[in-house]
Amino acid sequence: MTDKFISIEGIAKRYPGAGGVTTTIFENLWLSMARGEFACVIGHSGCGKTTVLNILAGLDAPSEGAVIVDGQAISGTSLDRAVIFQSHALLPWRTVLGNVAYAVSSKWRSWDRAKVRAHAQAFIDLVGLSGSEHKRPSELSGGMKQRVGIARALSITPKMMLMDEPFSALDALTRGTLQDEVRRICLETGQTAFMITHDVDEAIYLADKIFLMTNGPGAVLAEVVENPLPRDRGRTDLHRHPLYYALRNHIIDFLVTRSKTFAAEAPNHDPRNVPVVQIGKPGLSIASTGEEPRQTWMPGTNPGLSA
Amino acid sequence: MTSSLRLRAGLVSIVLLAAFLGIWHLATRSTAPVTTMSPEYAKLMGLTATQGKSAMPGPLDVGAKLWEHLKRPFYDNGPNDKGLGIQLAYSIARVGTGYLLAVLVAIPLGFLIGMSPLLSKALDPFIQVLKPISPLAWMPLALYTIKDSSVSAIFVIFICSIWPMLLNTVFGVATVRKEWINVARTLEVGTVRRAFTVILPAAAPTILTGMRISIGIAWLVIVAAEMLVGGTGIGYFVWNEWNNLSITNVIIAILLIGIVGMLLDQILARFTRMVTFPE
Repeated sequence: MTDKFISIEGIAKRYPGAGGVTTTIFENLWLSMARGEFACVIGHSGCGKTTVLNILAGLDAPSEGAVIVDGQAISGTSLDRAVIFQSHALLPWRTVLGNVAYAVSSKWRSWDRAKVRAHAQAFIDLVGLSGSEHKRPSELSGGMKQRVGIARALSITPKMMLMDEPFSALDALTRGTLQDEVRRICLETGQTAFMITHDVDEAIYLADKIFLMTNGPGAVLAEVVENPLPRDRGRTDLHRHPLYYALRNHIIDFLVTRSKTFAAEAPNHDPRNVPVVQIGKPGLSIASTGEEPRQTWMPGTNPGLSA
Repeated sequence: MTSSLRLRAGLVSIVLLAAFLGIWHLATRSTAPVTTMSPEYAKLMGLTATQGKSAMPGPLDVGAKLWEHLKRPFYDNGPNDKGLGIQLAYSIARVGTGYLLAVLVAIPLGFLIGMSPLLSKALDPFIQVLKPISPLAWMPLALYTIKDSSVSAIFVIFICSIWPMLLNTVFGVATVRKEWINVARTLEVGTVRRAFTVILPAAAPTILTGMRISIGIAWLVIVAAEMLVGGTGIGYFVWNEWNNLSITNVIIAILLIGIVGMLLDQILARFTRMVTFPE
């Protein structure tokens, strides 16, 4: 990848433990993303995914190394990087409009009330919450709360969005709808997105690039899997694509076995040149092959993207 | 369902009140036969001697006296004979002044301590020692330094209401949900704006709970403080009527102290509800 919009360069995170022993969550982590790319990080709990995201957001500082976004090393939080929190983190004493307007007025401090309101309203409409502007978060369902979280993140027109398992607290149906919304919005606005997830199908549907991390402590970025599925994929017939199962099996195999044994199996792993796995391309060994396709893939017939 | 529960509970309350008043009435009514004595001596001794009436007033005596007070709450016949309204107003004014001063000190100070782990640790031993001191123990020191009994009473209210507010503010500010702070941080909100737009609303229910505890304590303490400093106020009234041996007035004062205390608590409870938002 030549265009490194985001470049994580050799970061480490260590915590002082009991008796002068330092615990290393991860070290020498290198990772880069292009502008407009959607990346998902998959790994078991404790591998430091959330720490990486917090460092990208500026909420946490790395013990070593640097993060460069758009050509500049980051220090602290920035309005260029919006975070969608797992627990939505809405302010319960503010209405939907108030929550979004809080973000808008934080970014554009000189704007008058009417302008802030109009801008916030546009993003509330974008996530499909028109009519609920004056409700408080306690009056909303879990999915609606997370929509407000998305509207709040988008309203400051960030250069990138950081999402920490944003849909893990939602039921399957709501999660599906919100995945569609996020994908639509990211494609429409060309947003760069970095997302942590436990859900393999979510990663396959949303991500252009999937980062696989081994188990912590001492976690490393093992592989970067490029998503071979077409860009106009739809959620409902994703599993009919001939490469879907190969991709899915590769990730599941990694999570089930290779995330534990990776350090022993690949002693010459170079964290600066993480292998890029391109499933379906000849000459590359993959952990498992897919099943025979049961139906021919027909691009453009996806209901998920017709809107 | 709930309305019928409320109705039944109300009925039980009325029955309990009626039973209490009935027993009170029966226990204090005249029982002994009329003893014969010279009419002048009987007039001097009153019903207690002539009809065996209990020295404790019955509910009817208290009711009649209360009605008298309610008809003229604000009369002023000199230092030892003022209407109950005036006495209560003095007490409420003292509580209000001391309490407001405590709010002005405790909430900003609690905010600072809550935001700073250093201050929090450094001031903790002082707070822990000062908090359990009975507010009345400060009275001699206050009288000696301030040299004004009325101001000393206000100081005692101040010192007793400051601790619950201070500790609750510290706790509320220090335990604001990390995510809300992170929201403000990712939006690059400055410290002052963050304090007013995130920390204050998030800590408000805890702060108001501390204020509610404080007003309760302040109202408890004012009665005792006024008994000591004398002059005016409902506490002084109770002690003065005890010296006059008017048990009826003492009972009326007790009832009014309870009612005013309940009203003060309800006002703070309402404020607490106004700033509490479910998630």
